[in-house]
Amino acid sequence: MLDKKRFGDFDWWLMLIVAAISLVGLLEIYSATHNSSLAGMQWKQLVWIGVGLAGMIILTRMNYHALLDQAPLLYLIGIAALLAVLAMGHTRFGARRWVVVGGVFLQVSELMKLIIIIVLARFFSDVRMERLSLLDLAKAGILVAIPALLILLEPDLGTALALIPVAGIGVYLAGMQRKHMAVMLAAFLVLVPIGWHLRTHLKPYQQQRIETFLHPEENPRGAGYQILQSEIAVGSGGLWGKGFGKGSQNQLGFVPVRYSDFILAALAEEFGFAGVMVALLLYLALVLRLTESAQKAKDRAGMFLVMGVAAILCFHVVVNAAMVTGYMPVTGIPLPLMSYGGSSTAFVFLALGLVMNVRMTRFVN
Amino acid sequence: MSWLGNDEKLPQGRLAAFSYAAVALVILLLVGFWKLQLLETGHYADLAERNRIRSIPIIAPRGRMLDREGRVLVDNYPSFSILLLRGDPNLLEKTMPQVAAGLGLTVDDLKDELRAAESAPKFQPIVIKPEATQADIAFVESHRADLPVLELLMVHRRRYPSGGFLAHAIGYVGEVGPQQLGEGSGKYRPGDVVGRTGLEREYNDVLMGTDGNRRVMVDSMGRVVHTLDDTDATPGQPIELTIDYDLQAIAEADLAGKEGAIIALNPQTGEVLAMVSRPAPDPNDFAVRIPVEEWRELEDDPQKPLLDRTIQAQLAPGSVFKIVVATAMLETGTPAENFTVSCPGYANFYGRTFHCWQAKGHGSVDLHKAIVDSCDVFFYNVGERLGIDRIYEYATELGLGRKTGIDLPAEQPGFMPSQEWKERVFHQKWYAGETISVAVGQGAVTTTPLQLLHTIGGIALGGVFVQPHLLKDFRNAHVDRVALGEETVQKVTDGMFGVVNEGGTAAGARLQNIELCGKTGSAQVIGYDTRDRLGKKQEFKENAWFVGYAPRRNPEIAVVVLVQGGGHGATVAPVAADIVKAYYDKKQQREQQNQTAQERPGGTGALVATLEGR
Repeated sequence: MLDKKRFGDFDWWLMLIVAAISLVGLLEIYSATHNSSLAGMQWKQLVWIGVGLAGMIILTRMNYHALLDQAPLLYLIGIAALLAVLAMGHTRFGARRWVVVGGVFLQVSELMKLIIIIVLARFFSDVRMERLSLLDLAKAGILVAIPALLILLEPDLGTALALIPVAGIGVYLAGMQRKHMAVMLAAFLVLVPIGWHLRTHLKPYQQQRIETFLHPEENPRGAGYQILQSEIAVGSGGLWGKGFGKGSQNQLGFVPVRYSDFILAALAEEFGFAGVMVALLLYLALVLRLTESAQKAKDRAGMFLVMGVAAILCFHVVVNAAMVTGYMPVTGIPLPLMSYGGSSTAFVFLALGLVMNVRMTRFVN
Repeated sequence: MSWLGNDEKLPQGRLAAFSYAAVALVILLLVGFWKLQLLETGHYADLAERNRIRSIPIIAPRGRMLDREGRVLVDNYPSFSILLLRGDPNLLEKTMPQVAAGLGLTVDDLKDELRAAESAPKFQPIVIKPEATQADIAFVESHRADLPVLELLMVHRRRYPSGGFLAHAIGYVGEVGPQQLGEGSGKYRPGDVVGRTGLEREYNDVLMGTDGNRRVMVDSMGRVVHTLDDTDATPGQPIELTIDYDLQAIAEADLAGKEGAIIALNPQTGEVLAMVSRPAPDPNDFAVRIPVEEWRELEDDPQKPLLDRTIQAQLAPGSVFKIVVATAMLETGTPAENFTVSCPGYANFYGRTFHCWQAKGHGSVDLHKAIVDSCDVFFYNVGERLGIDRIYEYATELGLGRKTGIDLPAEQPGFMPSQEWKERVFHQKWYAGETISVAVGQGAVTTTPLQLLHTIGGIALGGVFVQPHLLKDFRNAHVDRVALGEETVQKVTDGMFGVVNEGGTAAGARLQNIELCGKTGSAQVIGYDTRDRLGKKQEFKENAWFVGYAPRRNPEIAVVVLVQGGGHGATVAPVAADIVKAYYDKKQQREQQNQTAQERPGGTGALVATLEGR
C-alpha cells in the first residue's frame, strides 16, 4: 500500500505557505487569549498542528488509489459515525457534534469532510462521459445530501454547507450539460425564496442568525452583537491595525470567540488591512498551489481529490471572511489553519496530505 | 484498478478558470475589508472607543446657601446611589431576583425601570436606588464578584432646613426636566440635578458646579480594567442671602399651623430679611425622588402647600389698598385733602347699600381718621370721586398689577382692574358700583403679599420703589421713582402712624420706642351678599392683612403679614410688631457690640499697662 515516494518531492512551497498561515494563527490565538482564562491556548493549537502534520505525513506515504478503492467503505464508516454522534455524541454549546476519544473532543463532521472528498473523487473519476448525465448529478447529490443532513441535525449548518462545494467543484470539473445547468439555476432561483419561507423550520438560533444578519443593529447586545462587534473590530483596525496585542475589541473580549471563528476579526483589528491582505494572499497562494497540483495530477482521480480540498478550503475562507465583515450570517465556519480547533486543524492537514500524495505520485511510475 | 480510466485527460481550461475565480474572490473579499477598514474606519474606531471607555461622572457638589450673617441654610451631604449596569442582558436576567431581594426591591420594579430606560445607550447604567442605606452599600460591596451588574455612585444630596423653613424661597432640586433641558440649550444633560424652583432655580448657574469625569476602560462584561484619567469636579459657588436667620425663625414660628405669608424687607435696599409661606412642604422629602402618589397628594392638598404665598397668592388687599387710594386722592386733589364725610355705618351708591366694617359708624371722618380707623364709607366716597381710571393709574404707578421683579422664578403680578380691561375681556361696561368696592381693596383687585409690601414701603419712602431681592450681592437693583408730593407722603404716613399709635385698628401692635406704622386689612374672600346667603361659616372668614414698617419716615424695615381666614387685620398686626421688635433688638445688640469692640483696644492697653505696672 505504501508507495516509494521521494522525500525531495515533498511540496515545500505548500509547506511554507501552510507554516506561514499556521504561525499567524498561533500568534493571533496567543494575542486573543493571553489575558484571559484561556491563556496558553496557542500551545494546544501547536500540539494539534503537530498531530495534523504527523497525519499528513502518514497520508502522503499511502497510495491514494488504494484510498479511493476503499471509498464505499469509508463512506459507510463516516455515515455510521455521524449516526453514532447523533445517538450518543457529546453535547457542547447546544449542539451534539463531538465524540470523546481518549479525553479529546473530536468533531466527526470534520472527518466526514475528508471522506466526502475521497468518495466524490472516486465517484467523478468513475464517470466516463464527456459530460455528466442527469442520473450522475442525482447520485452525486444524494451522496452529499445524506451526510449533510446528518450534520445539519447535530446541528452544524456551517459544516453541512461545507460539503456542497466539494460536489460543486466535481460537477464543474466533470462537465455539466447546458440544459442541466439551466434547470439547476432555475431551481436555485425558485428554491431560495421557498427556503426563505420555510426558514421557520430552522432551529431558533439559526433563524436568529439570519434575522441578525439582515438587521444587525436592531438588538445590539443580543444576537446582532457578535456581527456588530466583529465589524467594529475589523473597521477600527484601519490600514495598519492597532498593533499586536493592542486591539481593544480583541483584548477586552468584545469580539466573540476571537481565538476561533472570529480570529480574522482579531487579526484585522491588530494588523489592519495590511495584515488581512497578507493573510488572504497566503490563502490565495495556497489555493493556487493546490490548483497547480491538480493541473499536474497524474490522473482525473487525483485532480478531483486535490480540487475537492481546494474547493472546501476556498469555501471556508470566503464564508469566514464574509462573516467577520458582516456580509454573511454567522454560520460557525472556522478559518482553516488559523482558527483554534483540534478537529478542523487536523482535517486541513490530512486533506493537504491527500494533495501532497497526489502531487508526489505524479513522479512515480 | 477497474474504476481508473485510461484516458486521463484533465480539464485544464476549467482548472485555470477556477484559479481566476479564486483570485477574483480574494479581490472581492479585500474590497469588503477595504470598505470597512479604510472607508468607514472612523465610524468603527468611534464605536470601538465607546465600547471600551465608560465615563463615570464625579458629581460636583452644589454651592451652599448662607444667611446674611454666613449661617448655613442649605448644605450638602454625601450619599450613594446604586447603579445597575445594563451591558449584559443575560447576566441581568439571571441576577435580577438576587439583586431585587438584596436591595429590598421587586423584580417587577426593576423590569419597569429597565423598560423605561430601553432607549438610552446600553452602556449607560441606570439608578435603581437613589438613597442607598448602609445595608444596601454593604450588600453591593460584598457581592462585587457575583453581582457585577451593581455599582455605587457617590452623589451630593441637598440638606434643607427641616420643617419647611424658608422652603418656598429656597426651592428644591431635581433631575432636569424636559422643559429645562430645552431652555438650557445644551447646558444641561439628562440626569443632571438642577434647581427646579425658588432660589435653587434662580441661581442654578452659580450653585451648580461642573461635574467631573472618570474615564475607565471596561471589558465586554463591563468590568473596569483600569482608569484612564480623572477630570475633577468643579464645585458650585455658595450664595449668601439677605435673609436673617433670626427674623426668619420668628416669622416661621408666628405662622406655624396657619395659612398665610410673612415677608420682612428693607425698603431702602430691597433686601428681604424674612420670607415665609405656610403651610410648607419639607423639601428634604423630595430632594431624592418623591413617589408619584406623595407628590400628587401635595398638589391636591386643599391647603396648597406648594403655593408660595409670598409671591404667588393673588388676593384682595382689603383695607390696605386704602393707602393707595389715599395717595391718589392727595396727589390729584380729588376730593380735596380736607374732605370729610359722616359715616353712619353704611352708604348708598347707585341704588345699592355698601356697609362700613364698623356697623355703628365712625361719625365725622377726615382722611387721617379714615386711615386710622379704616373707615370704609370715607373711601367709598373718595373712590366714587376719583373714578376707576385714576385709581388704576395710581395703583399701577405705585407697583400694583405687575411683578416686583424679586429674584425668584414664578412671581405672580396680581391684578389691577380698569375700564379698558373689563371692556376687552368681558365686553361689558365698567359699572360705577364696582369702583366703590375697588376703593376698599375688594372686587377684582388682587395683590401678592410681596407686592403689597413693596407698594406700601415705597410710599412710606416717598415714592421710591426698590426691587426686592434675596441675593446679598444683588447688583443693580432696579429703582422706580414716583414723584409724590412731600405733603402727600407726610399725610399718608401720619395716618399709618396713627393706625398703630393713636388707638387705630392696629393699636395692639404698638411698640415702645419704635415708630411702628402700618395698615390693617380684612379682605373678604367672598362678597357680603354671598356670605349672608350661606351663613357665617368658618371657611368664609376674612383674610387678615397687616403691612407695617418702621420708622415713620424713611423706613428701614417693612413687614407684611397675611393670615388666610385670620379674620380682622388687627389680629395679625402684633406678628409684624414682633418681627420689627426683633429687628431693632438685634440692631441695638449689634451697635453695643460694635461699641465694645471699639473700646476694647484701649481697655486691653490699660490692662497691659496695669500688668506692666505691677
